[in-house]
Amino acid sequence: MSAEPAGKHSFVYLAIGVAFGVVLTKSEVISWFRIQEMFRFQSFHMYGIIGSAVVTAALSLQIIKAFRIRSIDGEHIGIPTKVVGRPGPSHLLGGTLFGLGWALVGTCPGPMYALIGNGVTVMIVGLAGALAGAWTYGLLQPRLPH
Amino acid sequence: MWDLISNPWPWYVAGPLIGLVVPLLLLVGRKRFGVSTSLQHICAATVPRGLAYFNYDWRREGTWNLVFVLGVLLGGLVAATAFASPNGVINISDATREDLGALGLTDLSGLLPREIFSWAGLLTFPGLVMIVGGSFLVGFGARYAGGCTSGHAITGLADLQLGSLVAVIGFFVGGLVSTHFILPLLL
Repeated sequence: MSAEPAGKHSFVYLAIGVAFGVVLTKSEVISWFRIQEMFRFQSFHMYGIIGSAVVTAALSLQIIKAFRIRSIDGEHIGIPTKVVGRPGPSHLLGGTLFGLGWALVGTCPGPMYALIGNGVTVMIVGLAGALAGAWTYGLLQPRLPH
Repeated sequence: MWDLISNPWPWYVAGPLIGLVVPLLLLVGRKRFGVSTSLQHICAATVPRGLAYFNYDWRREGTWNLVFVLGVLLGGLVAATAFASPNGVINISDATREDLGALGLTDLSGLLPREIFSWAGLLTFPGLVMIVGGSFLVGFGARYAGGCTSGHAITGLADLQLGSLVAVIGFFVGGLVSTHFILPLLL
């Protein structure tokens, strides 16, 4: 996937990230209250956001495939299907552990960065916790079922 | 016009904009949208400790992703300052307000319950479990599952990946257990 030198198009990735952070904030996806509302099935808001994001992304992928659209550097966009792999225990167990944490801290990784930007400085501790979790996964990876 | 930008954005505006991140990253440099990979890159850059999972060229693989998440942080700052909502109240449903009130949360006025998500709240038992424990599980689970909401629920589902569907089912199993069984014990 990464045939280009590190740092190429960095300004564009930064700009897309800024736009994503603005949308996460303005749509209240970063709110612990919205996540609680979602897990209590008491509003369509989060489902509407995730659902319409999936539909938009799926249509975009079909358009890229159908018209064989190339990247801005003229490279063929081969959409990698092997990245996710066959469904296995890692998806179910990892997904369930993620969900347990998601409802407690009320934020997934993207909103966690956006919350720090929103001045919720205690989420720096949250980010450190998430890093500790990712590191622990790296430590235990050889021994976990996948 | 300004009201439309500064007031909270409806789902049918925000969702498609988030979905567009997927093709944009592919068009710029054939990158796959995913936020939790940044956690792996940060670990690989700081404390790899010889672990196989962190043994790769993070500069080559991960620089774009680290720049992207820095952008997300800055986007939060921009939204909170330049286009801040006129009142900071999150307009959640009355049913959710009642449920959270019944759990003992009294201040529902901000982005998140300040009695827990603050430096003072961090020093309480529920605050420690929810902030540190919850985040730890988010980081561990996302890397174990191979992705979080962006990688699995959005990119993976859009690409019709069965593994992503299984992961998203896991997200909800875990989320429902925490919401209905663990939070009532903590709060």
